[in-house]
Amino acid sequence: MSEGRRLYLDGVSVVFDGFRALNNLSLIVEPGELRSVIGPNGAGKTTMMDVITGKTRPTAGKVLFGETDLTRMDEAGIANLGIGRKFQKPTMFDALTVFENLELALKAPRGPIACLRWKLNGEARTRIEQTMAEIGLTERAQDLAGILSHGQRQWLEIGMLLMQDPELLLVDEPVAGMTDSETEHTAALLVRIAGRRSVVVVEHDLEFVRALGRRVTVLCDGSVLSEGSIDHVQNDQRVIEVYLGR
Amino acid sequence: MSLAVAPPVADARLRLGLRAGLGIFVLLLGIMPLLNLLPVTHPLHVSDFLVSVTGKWICYAILALSLDLAWGYAGILSLGHGAFFALGGYAMGMHLMRLIGPRGVYGHPVLPDFMVFLGYQELPWYWLGFDSFPFAMLMVLLVPGMLALIVGFLSFRSRITGVYLSILTQAMTFALMLAFFRNDMGFGGNNGFTDFKELLGFALNTSAARAGLFYASLVALVLSFLICLRLTRSKYGRVLTAIRDAESRVRFLGYNTTSHKLFAFVLSAMLAGLAGALYVPQVGIINPGEFSPANSIEAVIWVAVGGRGTLVGAVLGAFTVNGLKTWLTSAAPDLWLFVLGALFVAVTLFLPKGLIGLIKGRVQ
Repeated sequence: MSEGRRLYLDGVSVVFDGFRALNNLSLIVEPGELRSVIGPNGAGKTTMMDVITGKTRPTAGKVLFGETDLTRMDEAGIANLGIGRKFQKPTMFDALTVFENLELALKAPRGPIACLRWKLNGEARTRIEQTMAEIGLTERAQDLAGILSHGQRQWLEIGMLLMQDPELLLVDEPVAGMTDSETEHTAALLVRIAGRRSVVVVEHDLEFVRALGRRVTVLCDGSVLSEGSIDHVQNDQRVIEVYLGR
Repeated sequence: MSLAVAPPVADARLRLGLRAGLGIFVLLLGIMPLLNLLPVTHPLHVSDFLVSVTGKWICYAILALSLDLAWGYAGILSLGHGAFFALGGYAMGMHLMRLIGPRGVYGHPVLPDFMVFLGYQELPWYWLGFDSFPFAMLMVLLVPGMLALIVGFLSFRSRITGVYLSILTQAMTFALMLAFFRNDMGFGGNNGFTDFKELLGFALNTSAARAGLFYASLVALVLSFLICLRLTRSKYGRVLTAIRDAESRVRFLGYNTTSHKLFAFVLSAMLAGLAGALYVPQVGIINPGEFSPANSIEAVIWVAVGGRGTLVGAVLGAFTVNGLKTWLTSAAPDLWLFVLGALFVAVTLFLPKGLIGLIKGRVQ
């Protein structure tokens, strides 16, 4: 029965001191699907990401990745299962270079001894170089991540996500602070990635969501308000009331 | 918290320069015991005092390196590293006590003086084996390592970081100090161990033994430096700095940060234990005062002054601050604690990257 679902959230609730950040949320993401998630501030978008990646434990409900129950695992374990996350505020390691950031993210054994013995081989170098080319940071390879511009940081973090080679990518506001052409480039990249992997994108920018052109889920007050194509949700009366209409 | 900065290319040249400087420094240290052999009237003669005090500083430099690995690289600000140093020292002290044999004041064939005095009939079980040098050396590394493993595992797993972890490590060394003060612990109470006679068949009060210990410490310093260098220049070192600057992000990349921090912390504790073991035969005494929280805090100041997150900085800081201390405590003894405090405040405010940061700034 798990055929045709990559990520399965069923009746997930998260309660912080009486506040229901997620309220009986259910969501299914299929393999290779690109899903956009939108919703007003406080709708629970980031909390949903936190639950999937193990940062927050749900108060109730099921969270399955394939057949694996994610609610019992920690962040590192979940990441190693093949779930990568890009944060709303780009987060990377400022004291390391662009190349080193990507190298740390590269899928490889993660233990202390393995890291100690790690040698950068040709294959790994090629992958890192390809990714740098893809995110347009080849020229900046030896620069510290701390001196990159905001847009470049967004790109670097997307690059790190690609290096992890995850089956499911959770991408939180990838185009915040990007120029129009960068935004287009990002949309194209995400569409290209989906197909081989599942991608969940949280965005405020409706034009961007339209550019992605796939299934959209609208969250409100911690649960799903509407789901379907961008035209469908934009014409949904309830969505217009709580979100688009304002 | 990020310590980042200079473009890597200039950085590499500077690093090379610093390392060459360190090499020359080690050579200079290496000829000190030889210069000590010159006649007292010779202009290049180095006094016994200077040789023995430098031997101590070398041990402090190893302690500084170990603390830098934990704090400067992994971001674990331990205010209890003196405990690992003292435990290594006690393990060595137990070996030295066993070697006294029947030469104690009471002349008991096996029991150290303090045990005879306290009415012990036989050696406590945890003293068994310490008559063997290899066993004692193993304990020098294992005892601090085990303590770090337990304390580290419990706190890292519970995600205790920052100030809370610092307070915890401080409490750890304080608790050990109180425990070691008790006579019934079997470690000589507040007098600790002293009156050592020999080590590996060499009488400790000879200049040959002093030179031997000096060289052993110097070799240990060089080896510790190379181990730390190997670690910090590997991908493992980069994972540590990443944990220092953004631990939760490292978790989302799939690294189990607990095991990475634990590995660094245990290794660091072992190096500190080694430093303590080399220190004790050189100063001829170990007592619970070595567990005093102030000692651990002083070690943090050495690293801060030298420049945390750089290995050369840790060594430089240990020698600079202790050199200053030795000079000031004889020139103006009442001033030292004020100077130490002022030094820490000044470094924190004006030199966040320590002396190394100052040198880097000048070079660029």
